[in-house]
Amino acid sequence: MAVIRDVIPAFELFQPTSVDDALSLQSRYGAKAWVLAGGLDSFDWFKDRIKRPEVVIDLSQVRELRGVRTAGDGLEIGAMTTLTEVVRHPVVREKFSILPVAAESAASPQIRNQGTIGGNVSQDARCWYYRGGWPCYRAGGNICYADTPTGLNREHAILDADRCVAVNPSDTAPALIALDAKMVLRTPKGEKVVDAENYFIGPSIDITKMTILKPGDLLTSIRIPGTWAGAQFYFEKVRDRNVWDFPLVNVASAITMSGNTIQRIRIAVNGVAAHPVRLTAVEAAVAGKQRSEETADMAGQLAIQGAEPLQYNGFKVPLLRNLVKRAIRGAAV
Amino acid sequence: MNLIQWATSPWGEQVPSHISWTLLYVSAIAGVLFLIVHAIYVAATGKSAAAHAEISSAAPAVNNAQIPERVARHSFGARAFHGIMALSMLALLFTAFLPKVGVQFAWVKWHWIAGVVLTISVIYHIIHASFVLDFWSIWPDAMDVEDAKRRMNLAMGKPSPEPRKFAKYPLENKLYHLIVMLAGLAAIGTGLFMMKRVQTPFFTRNPYLFGDMTWGWMYVLHGLAGVGFVALVTVHIYFAIRPEKLFITKSMIFGWITRDQYLEHHDPNRWPAVAESKKASF
Repeated sequence: MAVIRDVIPAFELFQPTSVDDALSLQSRYGAKAWVLAGGLDSFDWFKDRIKRPEVVIDLSQVRELRGVRTAGDGLEIGAMTTLTEVVRHPVVREKFSILPVAAESAASPQIRNQGTIGGNVSQDARCWYYRGGWPCYRAGGNICYADTPTGLNREHAILDADRCVAVNPSDTAPALIALDAKMVLRTPKGEKVVDAENYFIGPSIDITKMTILKPGDLLTSIRIPGTWAGAQFYFEKVRDRNVWDFPLVNVASAITMSGNTIQRIRIAVNGVAAHPVRLTAVEAAVAGKQRSEETADMAGQLAIQGAEPLQYNGFKVPLLRNLVKRAIRGAAV
Repeated sequence: MNLIQWATSPWGEQVPSHISWTLLYVSAIAGVLFLIVHAIYVAATGKSAAAHAEISSAAPAVNNAQIPERVARHSFGARAFHGIMALSMLALLFTAFLPKVGVQFAWVKWHWIAGVVLTISVIYHIIHASFVLDFWSIWPDAMDVEDAKRRMNLAMGKPSPEPRKFAKYPLENKLYHLIVMLAGLAAIGTGLFMMKRVQTPFFTRNPYLFGDMTWGWMYVLHGLAGVGFVALVTVHIYFAIRPEKLFITKSMIFGWITRDQYLEHHDPNRWPAVAESKKASF
């Protein structure tokens, strides 16, 4: 049980200076290796003595994983770029302003100085039963302690739950999905590029993981195409403490308009399922429609279709509906 | 290696969680090893052909003219059950174990659907076998045990009367059916309860039907039956495609065996022949 927040159990530390070296180490140690980015997620696990990796591969010295580079009409952001660097980057702010807003809503300034965008999208679930070391489904067991009549599930899933009801806590993930970003992975078989929405997986696919990353895989960068540069963006995050908290629900949208008509739209939410949810039904329904209260209402209703609240998180249903409505109504970020 | 994975419940109790998934590989390797060893043994000793020659000589005299050209072996109902059961079993194994070897997909829904198909087919089979087929034909009897002893003695070079020909099913088939029945009932029984833990149209979800300990052992039993089937199905497919057993496999598709096959392998006194055309469809 998670009672000791003290000395981290011993592990062998590697600090490679190149992606190739990091991959070589991952290949050598396989599932025994833990890849460390900013450490904000990892050190909680270690200090609670719940995760006890034999080997830690610290990516902080891999320079090629840092920084924002121009790539065609878009950008490529190294996975080890800190959230603060993303927030402050002038081109990101100019072309893809939704991303700095989302990144700035994550955690506290100190954490954003240390936390990376790769870590933010790859972080583990924050369900306290799971983080507390209980032998739940996500931890490889056969039960979900949050999904009980008396379980503390106020922050948990209302969509796509499958045995486990934990949610994905990333703030940048829905923004990246709205921007049609691509995740660039290095795997033992070579480079692999996947759409941001496909980077995340729910419990129905693998109940113990939140992303498609397997032992030996490394997220190296995030490519943002120019497709949505300068679009009308909307990001909103609702949390218990505005100063510093994980999202109860967040929403991110990118819209291009033709007059008052919604021409193209991508919209995603997080905090409602174990993976960020792209609302494709909403996108299909509102494209070509006038941006109006009626359209926003319809979008809100569509967004909550299939929602199944637990004992204590029924509030997330109207919250999701209203956030989607607000995203459609829009107020450019 | 721990055969069972244990966990500490929130109440400090050590409870089983599930089997060690290493057992999946153990079972797969055991199945493959069995078939390799068997194939080498048969090839090296020619035991299979010799066994037929030996038992043929022990067959009682019958009037061959009374034996139909095509002897009915499996009714349409039995063959349909076997096909559906086999497909659902393969679907269950693939949906259960492909994710364990790294092929990721949303497997739970397909797994319980295949489980429901298997359950319905097995219920049908139990009723069909009890009231339509010869229920006892698949159960080992005293004669099977005695003949097994005779074969064992002869194989070890000891003096023994020659074994008789088989009834409808050889002893191996009967024993295989017995093991599959036990593993199948264990998997189905535990699987039906496990369906209470996931979203299905049949039940209101209730993961708290049992305590952690009971659920844990249920997962263990389900897992053991599941990995056991990996070896069982491997061995079954191997025997189904062995040249000397192909006539049995064909009979499971077409429903009949030839007069010659019948006379070569079966004892008409223990399994009276019925013409294929006269056999009821179900």
